[in-house]
Amino acid sequence: MIPAAFDYTVAENAEHAIQLLGEYGDEAKLLAGGHSLIPMMKFRLAAPTQLIDVARISDLSYIRQENGQVAIGAMTKHAELETNDVIAAACPILGHVASLVGDPSVRHRGTLGGTIAHSDPASDLPAAVLALGGTIVARGPNGQREIAATDFFTGYFESVLAPDEMIVEVKVPANTGGWNYQKFNRRAQDWAIVGVAVADGGKGVALVNMGSTPLRATAVEAALAGGGSVADAAELAAEGAVPPVDNNADASYRTHLAQVLTRRALEAAS
Amino acid sequence: MTATIEPTKGGFGTRMLRKEDPKLLTGENKFIDDIKAPGQLWMGMVRSQFAHATINSIDTSGAESMPGVHSVLTGAQLAEMGLWQAPLPCAWPVTEDMVNPPHYPVAISEAKHVGDIVAVVLCSDRYGVADAVEQVVVDYTPLPAVVNLQDAVDGKAMAHSDLETNKAFHWPLDPNPEGTAAAFANAAHVVKARFVQQRLIPMPMEPRGCLAVPSPAGGEIVFYSATQIPHILKIMIAATSGIPENKIRVIAPSVGGGFGGKLNVDADALLAVTLANHIGLPVRWTEQRSEGAGASHQGRGQIQHVEAAADENGKVTAIKVHLDADMGAYMMLITPGVPLLGSFLYTGVYDIPNLSFSCDGHFTNLTPTDAYRGAGRPEASYAIERIMDMMAHKIGIAPEEIRSRNYINGGEHFENFDAASTLTFDSGHYKPAHDRALELADMAGLRSEQARRRDAGETKQLGIGMCTYVEICGLAPSRALGGLNYGAGGWEHATVRLLPTGKVEVVSGSTPHGQGHETAWSQIIAEKMGIDPNDVEVLHSDTALSPLGLDTYGSRSLAVGGVAIAMAADKVVDKAKLIAAHQFEASPEDIEFVNGSFSVAGTPTKSVHIQELGFAAFTAHDLPDGMEPNLQEQVNFDPPNFAFPFGTHVAVVEIDIETGGVELINYIGVDDCGIQVNPLIVEGQVHGGIVQGAAQALFEEAVYDENGNITNPSLMDYLVPSTMEMPNITLDSTVTPSTTNPLGVKGVGEAGTIGSAAAVINAVCDGLSPYGVTDIKMPATPQRIWNAINAGSTGGAA
Repeated sequence: MIPAAFDYTVAENAEHAIQLLGEYGDEAKLLAGGHSLIPMMKFRLAAPTQLIDVARISDLSYIRQENGQVAIGAMTKHAELETNDVIAAACPILGHVASLVGDPSVRHRGTLGGTIAHSDPASDLPAAVLALGGTIVARGPNGQREIAATDFFTGYFESVLAPDEMIVEVKVPANTGGWNYQKFNRRAQDWAIVGVAVADGGKGVALVNMGSTPLRATAVEAALAGGGSVADAAELAAEGAVPPVDNNADASYRTHLAQVLTRRALEAAS
Repeated sequence: MTATIEPTKGGFGTRMLRKEDPKLLTGENKFIDDIKAPGQLWMGMVRSQFAHATINSIDTSGAESMPGVHSVLTGAQLAEMGLWQAPLPCAWPVTEDMVNPPHYPVAISEAKHVGDIVAVVLCSDRYGVADAVEQVVVDYTPLPAVVNLQDAVDGKAMAHSDLETNKAFHWPLDPNPEGTAAAFANAAHVVKARFVQQRLIPMPMEPRGCLAVPSPAGGEIVFYSATQIPHILKIMIAATSGIPENKIRVIAPSVGGGFGGKLNVDADALLAVTLANHIGLPVRWTEQRSEGAGASHQGRGQIQHVEAAADENGKVTAIKVHLDADMGAYMMLITPGVPLLGSFLYTGVYDIPNLSFSCDGHFTNLTPTDAYRGAGRPEASYAIERIMDMMAHKIGIAPEEIRSRNYINGGEHFENFDAASTLTFDSGHYKPAHDRALELADMAGLRSEQARRRDAGETKQLGIGMCTYVEICGLAPSRALGGLNYGAGGWEHATVRLLPTGKVEVVSGSTPHGQGHETAWSQIIAEKMGIDPNDVEVLHSDTALSPLGLDTYGSRSLAVGGVAIAMAADKVVDKAKLIAAHQFEASPEDIEFVNGSFSVAGTPTKSVHIQELGFAAFTAHDLPDGMEPNLQEQVNFDPPNFAFPFGTHVAVVEIDIETGGVELINYIGVDDCGIQVNPLIVEGQVHGGIVQGAAQALFEEAVYDENGNITNPSLMDYLVPSTMEMPNITLDSTVTPSTTNPLGVKGVGEAGTIGSAAAVINAVCDGLSPYGVTDIKMPATPQRIWNAINAGSTGGAA
């Protein structure tokens, strides 16, 4: 597949990237791992005329534990999450979910900031960050702001990120409470047909590919908080969701999968 | 005589690593996209976005003004230029009255499927051509379209507006209709089923592509193509373009897989070669992945109506089949013949005395169909193997039991069995493969584990399925092809040359695209001539080096082409023996040939190696009277019959009854392809074939929407399985030599595919049988399995 013509600039640091975003406006797109953006460009579903390569900004690649939080630089690759000791000790769900993204080449290019900014409801890691109650740190020309993950995603491939903002960090609470991730798909390398992430012993439940954004299964969380059984709570998994329809699943099957997978994830996490 | 005979190094049965692989693994090989020509123009296609539409006008001005664009040509302009003298060829008009609307490379007034070419852009830049294609504006008026096979059968719309029917032909094979009628009238048990063979995309890892390099002064043209069939392509280019055949040289460089998908004379290829010839500049084209999904041909696309009659003991007495076959929008090279290749296999490995078969070919406004690994035979094997399971289920006996009761000659060894289909099976011995497969699978253990899980009501249930297939290989006896109205023969050419320095060149008319011909052909020389396989070079895939050949498809390379090489090697040995006898001043009758050395019987100390005779044959200083110089012999081998390999496969699936998730957890294949030249290559072929058949069972389908758009044209959505989805495959083999050829070989390229789809679906249906499910559509997706469980548990199973 052949993308439309584009220019390419390597950003030296976050400030440089934000300055370039300001210069090029809507024509520009940040390029991180490129494993979602480049295929979309090859299919000509996206045709930015300016790519700003942020994958080489090495000071945005880090994993630190501070004040009960794990701070992850936006350019941290999935493979690093998968193998990092801090992640394994402080928020193991993130490392496990990262290990299930795509295939090894995707995991060695794809970045946490990139996958969140891309806002694909079928991606695994955004749901894990949601379930953990994470925070997205975005920087723009006027400085930095923190956005709760629950407020970040607004629609298919859409978020609250302004055109001249970039994600610089993702923060999640250090939390080793009962967790599980159920990913249902037909091939190991594919996006989830439905996925369910459970963190903090069931206090955080998030759904993959059950609507236009990654979703918190708030009805499930509420039912559990109110003392409901796992089985009863799981029945509410798809409440309020508008599941997509594709070659793999219709809406009622996705609803059913969300219920079964939520029950399994909660059972495994408890 | 006490000489110890050492086995020939690298001869038959040697698990030799492939000679091809170092060059492939280090990237040294040149594929089509690695070859460049100075001044080359990139060709891009403007393709119809409608399944069926009138082309009102085409505005090329925007594209023409793009940088680097050489020209933009519509179908009407191309027709005026007179680039071709005949439509794209269909070499297999299966009946005298077959409907075959003329099919030119570019549509002029009516587009017949999404992907049909409506204009062509030539541009000096690879990226520029993609941009320019987007700037061509076509004004269409959509026409009613028929975008699935059943709608075509039902005549809901006409795929070709100038035709009054979608039906292209009716082809019967009914040698004894009275016998079939009587068998059904007297049957104790009758089972009926309707199976759908979904459309599959060949998806070779290397997409199609070509480069045509003209020589304006000399009139020659060199055509590089990622093709399985350089020889056939050369003839067809000459026949359609009018370029003299002796001015065309076709070269297939390294080709990254084909699976039948590169076994065609495509519009794209003909456009490249004729435009290059016309313009006098090289023209090249590389297919884009999702372009190819809808524009190169697809496989399968059939609805099978199958009925089986059996007596009270489960002995099957007749099979009745009606096939509706989806041709797609046009007849490609062998489109109409593909379903008929399966017609002869609907009685499988069984002694079923009656077969009544008919096939109707139908046009749809979808991508044309044509050969795909197995081509007609996996479909037939699927039908008979599914219906045998259904019959066993009805009678209440095990799948292995019904098979044992029906095997040709009770499963014991046979030669020359006249099947109800009128073909003669060369040889078979079905019981050993059957027994070995059940033993390797531990069928008793599997059944008890299955019962345990069922009793315990576990979420993950086991399904066990088997398939005992037979396959028609070694395409083909030329007379048999003539009888089927096929437009070519089935022979193969080989030349074997012993060079002056003792090295060997083999010229092969069969053309590899990943199979390992160079290794296998070298091993034939080792076996026949006692020469180290590393002293052998194989010349192939270039019509200037290898002018005669009929290429690679239908599991024919070894059983036809390999046999030709062995026969040519024998002729070289025979001639060399005369030279040896002359040197020894002995009678040729007294010369022995062992492991490459000639010696006089009784005096083994005096010997000469055949490689040492190359120089004598070359200098010709002292040859027997009347002998021509050089050691070079050729053979054109036309097989007297097909070869019929067979085997027993067992598949084990685990089904998550809550989610419908299905996993193939174990697979056993015991195959018999006759004598094996290189067991490592045999295993590789069987592995790949099994995965490709399992892919049809569980993963792959070209899915079209209601407007005839393919919804899953990329490898992201078209689910080619990876190793992650496949279990370890346990293989074994039995050896029943073919009687069709002097090597006793049968062919194995398609065998795995022919056995595995049925084995896997039999396993899925077995796993779901407690839920009242008797059949499931391929691919058996989790959603379909979940639906079947739900419908079955409420008594609504199909």
